[in-house]
Amino acid sequence: MEWIRESVDSIKSIQFRQTLSQAVNLGLILTSALIIWKGLICITGSESPVVVVLSESMEPGFQRGDILFLHMSKDPIRAGEIIVFNVDGHDIPIVHRVIKVHERQDTGEVYILTKGDNNHEDDRVLYAQGQHWLQRHHVMGRAVGFLPYVGWMTIIMTEKPVIKYIIIGALGLLVITSKD
Amino acid sequence: MHSFGYRANALITLGVTVLALMCAMASLSDNLNFPTPSAQVQVLNVNWFQKQRNGNEEVSLTLNISADLQSLFTWNTKQVFVFLAAEYETPKNSLNQVSLWDGIIPSKEHAKFLIHATNKYRFIDQGSNLQGKEFNLTLHWHVMPKTGKMFADKIVMTGYRLPEEYR
Repeated sequence: MEWIRESVDSIKSIQFRQTLSQAVNLGLILTSALIIWKGLICITGSESPVVVVLSESMEPGFQRGDILFLHMSKDPIRAGEIIVFNVDGHDIPIVHRVIKVHERQDTGEVYILTKGDNNHEDDRVLYAQGQHWLQRHHVMGRAVGFLPYVGWMTIIMTEKPVIKYIIIGALGLLVITSKD
Repeated sequence: MHSFGYRANALITLGVTVLALMCAMASLSDNLNFPTPSAQVQVLNVNWFQKQRNGNEEVSLTLNISADLQSLFTWNTKQVFVFLAAEYETPKNSLNQVSLWDGIIPSKEHAKFLIHATNKYRFIDQGSNLQGKEFNLTLHWHVMPKTGKMFADKIVMTGYRLPEEYR
């Protein structure tokens, strides 16, 4: 009788240790992802260092699902650069190219006009009503690098939330059931 | 230890690492290319030159743009975005950049071109400083890679001048 209880105890302690180590592992994965993201924010100086292209307005340069790396530096914004900007009253940031720049002599304030490479018209129609120019505070960053296709996963997940839950569920199940 | 999930995980990790490395090397290999592009622009005609009702001056130009950008293309180049900007200084603005024409070059075969065009985007000043204004025409290009870092450079052409009179 004695040895049965002992072995049950030992099994129980093994399971406890296993679940603990799984929990720690999961925590490590989550925190390192968070650290990488926050580190990128620090290095690039942009509040969202990576964006996914959602529209076709910059084709054929950037296609839907491509990933852009942003950088926000003190350098002045110049014509030709691809910037990511927020328009008052719009939630989703826009990635377009700068086609006109006017920089003030005294204050250094810039007035920027943008356009999507694949659009016929400039972006004045997208700006808030009565707004003719973007200014520095609208700009979230400029695109410096580019990786194709990687963003498709996020597009699929935002457009078909069911898939997101299936993936999260499957990953969770994998974490719980996996044994070293 | 040697379950299906474990092996699949190892395979995917290796695959992604190799892909990432190849992308990084493709992007780095662009640094080995030392391009020697050339460009020439002529202002053939000032079509009209007016003051808008709000006081801003606008001018319409006919341009001859010829350039050879073939050396910009490498195996990691998806396209080259090229544009011509008028750049000048006014008492109010330390820099004015107005894009006049742009184009997308999809391949090396199209990178040597001669284009005869009126300005595609409106050449409007912030104010009325254009009469007799001396300005630069700058051909900018942005190289968009298949993957990795984007490059940009320019050729500045000086000594253009707008007429003194409206027409």
